[in-house]
Amino acid sequence: MAEVVRVVAADDPVRPLFSPTGELTPEARSRLGLDAAALRDLYRNMVLIRRADQEALNLQRQGELGLWGQYLGQEAIHVGAITALRTEDWVFPSYREFGMAMVRGVDPADMLTLFRGLSHGPWDPNKYHFAPLAIPVATQVPHAVGFAMGCRLRHSDEVVLSTFGDGATSEGDWHEAMNFAGVFKSPVVFLCQNNHWAISVPLSKQTAGSIVDRAKGYGFPGIRIDGNDVLGVYAAVRAAATRARQGEGPYLIEAVTYRMGAHTSSDDPTRYRLDSDLEPWGLRDPITRYQVWLKAQGVIDDGLIAAMAAEAESAAQAMRARLTALPAPPPGEAIFGRVYANPPASFVQEREEFEASLEDS
Amino acid sequence: MTEAVTMAKAINLSLRDALTRDENVLIFGEDVGALGGVFRITDGLQKAFGEERVFDTPLAESAIIGIAVGLALRGFRPVPEIQFDGFIYPAFEQIVSHVAKYRNRSGISLPITIRVPFGGNIGAVEHHSESPEAYFAHTAGLKVVTPATPADAYALLQTAIDDPDPVVFFEPKARYYLKEEIDPAARVPIGKARVAHEGSGVSVIAYGPTVSIALQAAKTASQEQISLEVIDLRSLSPLDMDTVMASVRKTHRAVVVHEAPVFCGFGAEVAARISHDAFDLLEAPVGRVGGLNVPYPPARYEKLYLPDVDRILQAADAALAYG
Repeated sequence: MAEVVRVVAADDPVRPLFSPTGELTPEARSRLGLDAAALRDLYRNMVLIRRADQEALNLQRQGELGLWGQYLGQEAIHVGAITALRTEDWVFPSYREFGMAMVRGVDPADMLTLFRGLSHGPWDPNKYHFAPLAIPVATQVPHAVGFAMGCRLRHSDEVVLSTFGDGATSEGDWHEAMNFAGVFKSPVVFLCQNNHWAISVPLSKQTAGSIVDRAKGYGFPGIRIDGNDVLGVYAAVRAAATRARQGEGPYLIEAVTYRMGAHTSSDDPTRYRLDSDLEPWGLRDPITRYQVWLKAQGVIDDGLIAAMAAEAESAAQAMRARLTALPAPPPGEAIFGRVYANPPASFVQEREEFEASLEDS
Repeated sequence: MTEAVTMAKAINLSLRDALTRDENVLIFGEDVGALGGVFRITDGLQKAFGEERVFDTPLAESAIIGIAVGLALRGFRPVPEIQFDGFIYPAFEQIVSHVAKYRNRSGISLPITIRVPFGGNIGAVEHHSESPEAYFAHTAGLKVVTPATPADAYALLQTAIDDPDPVVFFEPKARYYLKEEIDPAARVPIGKARVAHEGSGVSVIAYGPTVSIALQAAKTASQEQISLEVIDLRSLSPLDMDTVMASVRKTHRAVVVHEAPVFCGFGAEVAARISHDAFDLLEAPVGRVGGLNVPYPPARYEKLYLPDVDRILQAADAALAYG
């Protein structure tokens, strides 16, 4: 068995970029090949998605959305991972990846119609190469693996990003998918956003072992990294994706972060954690940290920071205005319209009766 | 061209023709490769079409269906096999939450055909004789079909694989060795029942493994000058009520037959619809013949559990004697 582990370790282009504790090494950081504009874009995107997240929570509190699941504190993962991919690489998200979808170009107001109760899936996955949100935990992971198997069958060099939380690693689908990916050597990057909480259950009660070490059991390498360092996430996903693109198979990245907000707007975290639990993670805030680093590099200054904050503010206001002005699709179309490609006659008849009943009332 | 083949062979030929016709068709599941499946339905397919298009998977039903979703999104037409009816439950979430609902959520069709050998009467151990079709017929977004003859098995599978929507294809495993001529050019649309035997006294509505029992019952009844009409539904969702109602308008009496327990079984839907649509015509309540409301019994007792000719005749007699 030791031999298997050695083979895996030799085939790991990600690990040399990181310290044993999962910090991107200064040398690797200096060799990312990102110019000033690209470095600033990472910052700008984190600011944009954080402001949108806050605005969505505001909208929920004002009764404009039925539910909102914040990703506050996880912006480095959202932005770093998507930026590291090519636009043709598909992403299979869980349900907290609104920020990732924004970085991919999905209109945030359209996206919010899901939480407004107007749609189960408001964007075209084929257009953005971004799968619908998957609400049942970990069920999207085998989809990502199947898609990646398909990329391989087509002899394409696309890779797939499969992202999920720490709680998902307890689900059978997660293990089944990891196993399939190993067996079929699928070009998929597994990205665990370990934010320490699955609603109210802490990581210590979720698993007795290590998430990242599970990769070995499925025959491929993995690494645990600092998930609050946008450049670290970018470097890890890019290196793992390049490896997958070259036909070397799957890779597991456990990005360690912290869920600074509630599970969703329906949750009350005061019942299971202390405000003081958040303090050390507040000090590791991904945006503040990156801002300090960018300033030290001379890539950004206070004027630019203020301009980006203003841009995020107006984008959030535009998102709100567009969302609240969006018309609700007609009920017949919203309820029946997309169920079947080739709808049975009885289904068409039920729709017609339903629509006629609306006209009568 | 016609030739006499077993249902098992008819399905094998249908898969072979689908693989030949459409390079996007993929077949996968447990033991479907070198072994050719535990019932040999995929016999020779891996050899003919290669390990990329016909492949064994790890033993994990949920992922078998989960990867089918991903492969369909990538442009393939997956035809996964679930080895036995009683092993489909780990995949239930993928089928119900994703296969059935993905299009509603995304606008993207998933042309997946899930093949499932189902039903009892094969003397098997537990979990190998179940009839879970009602769970799936209850789920909008899926189409659910089951052939009763080799010819229908061939043709209906072609239609299922070509359909842009997901189809659960239940194969009556106790009828795998039923033999008849098939016509590869014939097509059977989804949602179209057939009159398997014409009659005038009682409509016996069956599907899958119970069609041949209903036909035997019709034969026996005819010796007593009782005329049964046998309807083979072929498709449970959508349900062809036009064919059912045309028969009931003629007979004014109906009995529904399936192997699954009567309680909340698919026959409840058929009976309710007939009762509603033909209320004024019916001479008797719609009878239901099926499994008992118990877990599928040990094999030595299965004949007591399953519908047989006598129970169908008793139900027909009751309908004729009513009032």
